[in-house]
Amino acid sequence: MSTLEVRHVSKVYNVRGAGRLTALDDVSFTLNSGQTIGLVGQSGSGKSTIAKILTQLETPTSGEVLLDGAPIPRRGTGLRRYRQQLRMVFQDPFASLNPYHSIRYHLQRPLELDRVVPKGEVDDEVRRLLDRVRLDPDAVIDRRPHELSGGQRQRIAIARALASRPAILVADEPVSMLDVSIRLGVLNLLADLQREEGLGVLYITHDLATARHFSDEIIVLNQGRIVEHGTADDVILRPQDPYTQELRAASPDPERFFASAGAAGAAEGGAR
Amino acid sequence: MPDPLLSVRDFSVVYDVDPPVAAVKNVTLELQRGEILGLAGESGCGKTTLAYGIQRLLKAPAVITGGSVVFHDGDGGDVDVNSLDAEQMRRFRWDKVSMVFQGAMNALNPVATIGSQLEDVFEVHRPNMSRRQRRDAAAELLEIVKVGAQRARSYPHELSGGMRQRVMIAMALALRPQLMVMDEPTTALDVLVQREILRQISQLREEFGFSVIFITHDLPLLLEISDRIAIMREGEIVELDTAERIWHEPADDYTRTLLSSFPRLTGEKGVVVR
Repeated sequence: MSTLEVRHVSKVYNVRGAGRLTALDDVSFTLNSGQTIGLVGQSGSGKSTIAKILTQLETPTSGEVLLDGAPIPRRGTGLRRYRQQLRMVFQDPFASLNPYHSIRYHLQRPLELDRVVPKGEVDDEVRRLLDRVRLDPDAVIDRRPHELSGGQRQRIAIARALASRPAILVADEPVSMLDVSIRLGVLNLLADLQREEGLGVLYITHDLATARHFSDEIIVLNQGRIVEHGTADDVILRPQDPYTQELRAASPDPERFFASAGAAGAAEGGAR
Repeated sequence: MPDPLLSVRDFSVVYDVDPPVAAVKNVTLELQRGEILGLAGESGCGKTTLAYGIQRLLKAPAVITGGSVVFHDGDGGDVDVNSLDAEQMRRFRWDKVSMVFQGAMNALNPVATIGSQLEDVFEVHRPNMSRRQRRDAAAELLEIVKVGAQRARSYPHELSGGMRQRVMIAMALALRPQLMVMDEPTTALDVLVQREILRQISQLREEFGFSVIFITHDLPLLLEISDRIAIMREGEIVELDTAERIWHEPADDYTRTLLSSFPRLTGEKGVVVR
């Protein structure tokens, strides 16, 4: 059981010629293993800044991040151990895998670097990881990324994130580059893994529908501030904050659309 | 009463590679004047090939192997698109049918102001216009799409993604075409900007009365903005019906599968089951 705590984190960038830009303003939340939190907001709301701070690619201007009560070590083996506990799945599966290397290499590296299993068992572990993400090890292990589809590549990225047996997974728009017909499959896989391994997942997205479907809680971010945080259904079905209401109104929702079109008798489509 | 703008009959496109790929197979559809027709399907289903094909924008190895495309010009007369020669085709494109391309955010020339890029359209297609008239027309277009005429001297990188997309729409609107083909015009934008752009497309359609072929794989979005929707799979249209019927009573199994790839935003938690 792990707990990731974000406490009063702010991030201010000094932009040449434009003064100070507050990317995050006093953000606090707690993510427990076994829990999925959806982080939503429009472009520039600070979603990815949170991901960068969690992975320690950026340091907060103020506030702190605690894993199981301990602050993130700034360097050395402590930082490495922290990153082993918290892994990231990136948006673009075409850019996040190295085109020169085989799938085997992609999964071997974290296993060796973090000494997850004894040397003799690395190959078995690679195959086990591929199994975990529902890929046939024999079919993909010696292939290179360009030989796989986008969905398969994202599964590889997930397997790589799981290799060091993390407690927390940060998924930054993990399916937005994938074709609609396979998005649900990858999200369902993440949900299954989350349940089976008791992972804590931070699901960063601008798609409210999948955020609701896959998250226990949803956090809405606007201009670096948390404007709403609650259970998924509360935030989406009964949004309190005007910004959340605006986001919801802007999201395509045929259900609501046809219900109101029917009520208004807009059969000639003039309202569209 | 039906008033068709475009009649596509038995239209087929093959990618002449080894082995040949039949990308569009005997597609027949009729687009009404002023209608928004949604074209949905997963990657590789042929939706973009079809939309490009009816304007003869395809490049080798794509070959149109059969069928006809007839454009019923509002200014009188039917145009058989396949029989136009190069010069006639050049005049036809953009004047009658314009296009908002996929990834349009990057489709503007980074080293020219947006005003001059809009003026280019008139310089090529309306050679009789004076410089002054071109500038006024470009300014008017920027006002219509609510970018504002004062932005004419801005370069693309000085505009947000949503603004650039509006400029692309202004450009497509320039010659007051009767049909606009939009290929994933809002995919790279976030939901709030997407909603503004969609609202604008609907308003412009009301005002200018053009038809739209709107291509996307985002079915929930398509259901809201389209009059009718064509669902494509492996080069064929498997279902073509009003948005209401596609939503309430889809007839084809594949349409149901596609609907069920989207979790519901409101209503009962889960995916759409039909």
